[in-house]
Amino acid sequence: MTDTRAAVAFEWTKIRSVRSSLWSLALCLLTSVLIALLFGWVLRGAYDDMSPQSKAEFDPVGSGFNGLRLGMISLVVFGVLAVTGEYSSGTVHSSLAAVPRRGVLYAAKVLTGTAIAFVTSVVVVFVTFFAAQTAIGDAHNAALTDDGVARSVIGSILYMTLLCAFSMGLATVLRNPALTLGILVPLFFMVSEVLNNLPGVKKVAQFLPDAAGGVIMRREPQEHMVLTAWSGMAVLGVWVALALLGGYLALTRRDA
Amino acid sequence: MIEVQQLTKRYGPTLAVDGLSFTVEPGRVTGFLGPNGAGKSTTMRTMIGLDRPTSGRVLIDGGPYARLRHPLRQVGALLEAGALHGGRTARAHLLGLARSNRIPVRRVDEVLDVVGLTGVADRRTQGFSLGMTQRLGVASALLGDPPVLLMDEPVNGLDPEGILWIRGLMKRLAAEGRTVFVSSHLMSEMALTAEHLIVIGRGRLLADTSVEQFVARNSRAYVLVRSPEPERMRAVLAEAGVHTDDGPDGTLEAVGASTETVGGLAARHGVTVYEISPRTASLEDAFMQLTATAADHRADQGADEGVRRP
Repeated sequence: MTDTRAAVAFEWTKIRSVRSSLWSLALCLLTSVLIALLFGWVLRGAYDDMSPQSKAEFDPVGSGFNGLRLGMISLVVFGVLAVTGEYSSGTVHSSLAAVPRRGVLYAAKVLTGTAIAFVTSVVVVFVTFFAAQTAIGDAHNAALTDDGVARSVIGSILYMTLLCAFSMGLATVLRNPALTLGILVPLFFMVSEVLNNLPGVKKVAQFLPDAAGGVIMRREPQEHMVLTAWSGMAVLGVWVALALLGGYLALTRRDA
Repeated sequence: MIEVQQLTKRYGPTLAVDGLSFTVEPGRVTGFLGPNGAGKSTTMRTMIGLDRPTSGRVLIDGGPYARLRHPLRQVGALLEAGALHGGRTARAHLLGLARSNRIPVRRVDEVLDVVGLTGVADRRTQGFSLGMTQRLGVASALLGDPPVLLMDEPVNGLDPEGILWIRGLMKRLAAEGRTVFVSSHLMSEMALTAEHLIVIGRGRLLADTSVEQFVARNSRAYVLVRSPEPERMRAVLAEAGVHTDDGPDGTLEAVGASTETVGGLAARHGVTVYEISPRTASLEDAFMQLTATAADHRADQGADEGVRRP
């Protein structure tokens, strides 16, 4: 009945034809890699002066992925703008006229955005990994074949992709770019960081979407964590499902 | 063909459209008239599924819009021409729409040419003037070469040349056998382009009539009589079988009589008159009267034969 493939081609054309999409994806790569290089280079110099305990706990993979956290902001911006751009410009009307089945329009948009986020994440995570390990230097770095490294790499790709999907769902509910980013950016990059360092709420805060999904970026789960790499990813999956469901309900129930 | 059946749309406490029913036939331009806020845009939005009716429905060629597999090839709509992503070029905007409905990509250049935007096709739309935006909106509507066209106030923002162009375009599209449904709040505009009229006020149907009929019924010709003795003049005219209405500032409006008749009667009966002049009420006046009546009295007033009671 409905032409879903044409709807995906529509979304692809729309995303590709605005500059902000390309810029945010490029920025994602740039910030991730630059910070990875910086961190790696600093760690290479600082390693010898570390305490024995720090040396034992040293996680070259997790440290190398520190830049991903910042790069992710750009990926979240990409997802949010892909959705809210339609509302702030009003093109959602012509989009709905072209694809009147709202579920189809929504699925096409989320699929296209998530696929782009996935491909970007694959590139960003691998480039970041190798950049960081190169900067840290042969003496203390990790290789892809080391124990748990593949899991971190694959997990980080999933993590970034899912956060983008989560953002698209929430953006569909809120419709407004400033509001959506005003909630997501502090939540992802400040609030959960702060809460995760407060003794009282630590156990609960790790269930926030970015904290839960981020567990997998470390080689070893930290002591205070209730969640493991994959149970954390599952928690993030639940968040994504909720956000996408919310977006679906908002889009199908409201007038455009 | 578009069938609107018992359409009602409520936004919270506001009843925007109230039990509206009418049919738009192919092969002619149908004007959709009503003052601002009468419910025209809401009705057109429900036609393409942007708003969900509170009750009732709209059928496009027998089925709801949302069921159409490639709706842009069935219905072309110009609703909010200004709704463009400023960072996207005109061509990219049309290209996306074409892809969404599997419309051949060459149509993009064809419609750009039809609306005269070929020269600016690769410019971002944020720099477009109102007229260019409107033309791009028309291009999107024509993209799928649809048999049904909906246009909400298409002359808005166009220069005189553009207005002439769009009038000609609408007539041409109708002559090709398409259903052309155009809204406006200007009766005079519709008198020039439309063959048929749907008039609404406060969300209700006021008239569903041909323009010819509407003009015949509503462009009332009368003789304006200004006299210091209006009551005597009225009696004299009434005796001769001429009906009079009250005009502004104590004047009389003699309906269905010539200036010669009125002047002769005044002279014969020695009534002083200052002015006797032939007048024609404009269509705009007739339209205003019709919709004003609707606003004041709703169901109990203003019914010509061509005017349906809601």
